[in-house]
Formats: sequence, structure tokens, C-alpha cells
Amino acid sequence: MSLQQFMNEAISPWMKQEGPDSDIVMSSRIRLARNFSQHPFPTVASEETLEKILEFFNEEFKRQSFRDYDNFELVKMKELQPVEKRVLVEKHLISPHLAEKSDQSATLISQNEQVSVMVNEEDHIRIQLYFPGFQLDRALEQASQLDDWLEEKIDYAFDEKRGYLTACPTNVGTGMRASVMMHLPALSMTQQINRMTPAINQLGLVVRGIYGEGSEAVGNIYQISNQITLGKSEQDIVEDLHSVVKQLIDQERKARDALMNRSGIQLEDRIFRSYGVLKHSRIIESKEAAKCLSDLRLGIDLGFIDHIPKTILNELMILTQPGFLQQYAKTTLSPDERDIRRASLIRERLQLENEE
Amino acid sequence: MECQNCHQRQATVHLTQVINGQKTEIHVCEQCAKDKGYMSYGEENFTLNDLLSGLFHTESPSTFSNKSTQPYKKSTQLKCPTCGLTYQEFARTGKFGCATCYQTFDEKLNPILRRVHSGNTTHDGKIPKREGGNLHMKRELDDYKSKLRQLIEQEEFEEAAKVRDKIKSLQSQLHEGEDGEQ
Repeated sequence: MSLQQFMNEAISPWMKQEGPDSDIVMSSRIRLARNFSQHPFPTVASEETLEKILEFFNEEFKRQSFRDYDNFELVKMKELQPVEKRVLVEKHLISPHLAEKSDQSATLISQNEQVSVMVNEEDHIRIQLYFPGFQLDRALEQASQLDDWLEEKIDYAFDEKRGYLTACPTNVGTGMRASVMMHLPALSMTQQINRMTPAINQLGLVVRGIYGEGSEAVGNIYQISNQITLGKSEQDIVEDLHSVVKQLIDQERKARDALMNRSGIQLEDRIFRSYGVLKHSRIIESKEAAKCLSDLRLGIDLGFIDHIPKTILNELMILTQPGFLQQYAKTTLSPDERDIRRASLIRERLQLENEE
Repeated sequence: MECQNCHQRQATVHLTQVINGQKTEIHVCEQCAKDKGYMSYGEENFTLNDLLSGLFHTESPSTFSNKSTQPYKKSTQLKCPTCGLTYQEFARTGKFGCATCYQTFDEKLNPILRRVHSGNTTHDGKIPKREGGNLHMKRELDDYKSKLRQLIEQEEFEEAAKVRDKIKSLQSQLHEGEDGEQ
């Protein structure tokens, strides 16, 4: 397989479009947790029940398609190699939790990889929908339509008082998790993000690293999402999130301007050094790669570097993770080997772009 | 620092274990940490579960003053008739077994939900078309009622009369629906 071919697969088609405010917001996501009313939740359900549910989805999606998102492909966890699962996690197409489950768990992925419906995760159904840039409203609208479409065929577990019933009490109510992935290098460099986090938390929102709860903000990428799912409508939750993200965007832009004014040459130096590292290193750890890619992305946004499209950075962020590296190498790699592969992959990719 | 388990890879996971007051430090690589069960792919779930489980156990203030686990006795007898999950199991895992669990453990849920959802205990969002039953109508009725109060306060009686009629017709529709169900 050629590198180019592999790239085409590494990045989801929807990621190639640039959305609003894409200098700071990388993607917007809505996830809805739903369950069948008549079946026990996957946490306790028997194999037979889970199999029945999986079969239902298999048949249903073959029979009928949802609007533009036709050709959903059913990917069964038990048919995947560990490294393939890891790749799906790195592309955010499945949750780490689904990857850990095997027997009767699966995901339905739309052809453009914008929509995935996880089956038999912690809940029977987890609808997940991505949009590039800052488009929470659109994501909510589409997710809700897909939800309506599914509801025509499925008796949802719903209660007047508690709303959509989920396996975990942290999701009950709307069952909705809305989140936005943001690149906040200037707020990170100036330590402002740490000061803002407690205030954001007070609004019922959480700031986390790229892989969700407990993970570090690798490469200055943060995920902002709602914590509360009960007592607020979907629209209200999205509006709250929207206003906080809007403020973060403003603050990040201000911090970038301030950095440029106060220490423009230092910033330029940092960006070009990182670019140099990416272009020339022979061994690079994932953390350093993420830091340098963050600097490079900032360099593009600030206009220091203009011959590299930002979509390459999205690709490289995904490609340089362990699962993809090993998929590409077609073998299991030790961490040392991965660092070497990572460096050569980045060099090759940046070179490829220069030639085009 | 090398992994103290496989002695091959670099130790990237550093843990401190306290057992019976004895502190032990563990330095292992990611792979060994996973194999040994120190962490997993979804390690965030682990910490969240722990946290949740802690919340359920502090359900009543009396638990703090009690030495034994006696106060749980009543709760442990609670068992979901549909899936068989006991309250004790629920408190341990932090996960419900089925939709009926919500009814079974209903009276115990409010304090938990309040903690997790900033004081909220009832749903205020989307209502599914079929499963939602007449909830759509009830919501609409509530909206009209508050509108009516507002109009009366503003002394806009003509408009208020129209809203009152709408309330009446909605109420009769609701009653018909309920009678039909019986």
C-alpha cells in the first residue's frame, strides 16, 4: 500500500472539510445514549440478547438507509484485530470501551465516517456524529434526526421523570454528551487555560485532554463537553457549551495576538524549530511529535508557514499514534521502533506535501 | 527507569499502593500495567466508577455515624424484578441493569442524581414520539399554564381567556387519552 493510499484511509473524509472557526475548533461532536426498553442493558444482558440486538441493527441498516448517510458498514468487534480496533479508537470512530468489548459489540459507520452508531457498548445504542469546526447546532440537529429515525423502529427506554434511561446515572436524561475539540496553544503557553478551567467546571462543563476523562491535553488539544445530562434541555446544554467555546475562541485569539506583539520573534523561533524537528528528526516520541505539530499548526494559523495545508496536521496527529503506526508497519512495534517509524512517517509526509 | 516487571521496556506508569499502611511504589511499562490490571484501555471508566460507587454509599447522613454496614441492610434487599440486579450490586458497579431498575431504586436515586447533575433530578429535554406518550401534551399544558399566569399578572384578560380555552381543550384531550388506556 502506498503512503498516499494509506493517508486517504487514515483521515476521515469529513475531516478534510474546513468548518467555521477551524483555526481553533477542530471538530464538534454530539453523542446520544439510547437503550431498548424491553432488553436488559449490555452491562448485564445475556449473549443471546446482545446477539439479537446486533442482528436487528444489521438487518435494519441493510433494509433502509438514513438520508445522506447511506451505506452504513457494520463492523463487528469480534472480527477485528487488536491493532485495527486501536486504529478505530484513534480515529474516534469507536470508544475505548467498545474496543475492549468483543463478543456482540459492533459499530455502524457511515461512508464518510461522520456518523457512527455503536451497538452494545455500555448502552445498547450510542449515536455519534461529528462536524468539522465549530458546528454544534448542526451536529445536534442531525443527531436528533437520526435519533428520530431510529425511534420509529425501536422502543426506547424512556421515563417521564428521568428521561432517556441509560446504564450509567451520569448519562440519564438527555443521554447527550456534546463536545468540542479545541486547539488552544496560546492559552496553554500563557497558563491561562488552567485558570479558566475551574470557572468552566462551575457551569457544568468539563475540560479534558483529547482522549477524554483523565487524559492529558496532548498537543494543546482540549475537549470541552457537558457534564450534566439531567434537568436541562439539549438546546440549553448546547447553548451553554456554545457560549463557553465562543469565549475560549476569543480568549485564544487575544492571547495569540498578545504573544505576537510581545514576543513575536520568540514565537516564530519556536514554530520554526518545531518545524525543523518534524522535518529532520530520526527518532521522535509521541509527546514531542504532538508538541511540534501543535506549534506547526499555530505557525500555519498565524501565517508564518503557508505551504502546508492544515488537514495534513490532522492526519499526522492520527497517524503518529501507536495503532496507526503499527497498522502501517503491518507488525507489532516496540516503543523505540515506533519512535523511529513516527519520525520517518512525518518526514515523508511533509516532504510529499512540498513536492505537490 | 526500566519496568520492574518485564525489565525490558521503560517504566511509564508510576503507582503508589498503600496496603495496611505499607506504602509500595510500582514502576512498570504501559503494557505490563495493562496486563497486571493496573490500568486498562478505558481507564477513565475505572476512576469514574469508583467515584460513583463512593457516591452511592454515602447516600444517607446516618451512614457516617454508623460503625457497621447495618444501614445498607434494607437497601441490599432491594432487587430489580426484571433483571435481578440488587441495590448492593448497583452501588458497587454504579451501573443499572435495565430500564426497570430506575423504578426499583427510584426512592434512592434523587440524592445521587442531584450530586451528579448539579442538583437536577428530572428530565427537561427531548421526548421521544412514541415512548413519550402524552408527555408532549403535558409539557404543552405546563407551558400554557405559566403563560396564563403571566397574562393575568399583566392584566391582559382577553388573551388570557384564549389561553384558558386552550388549556381546557388540552386537559380534556389528556383525560380522554387516559380513559382510553384503562
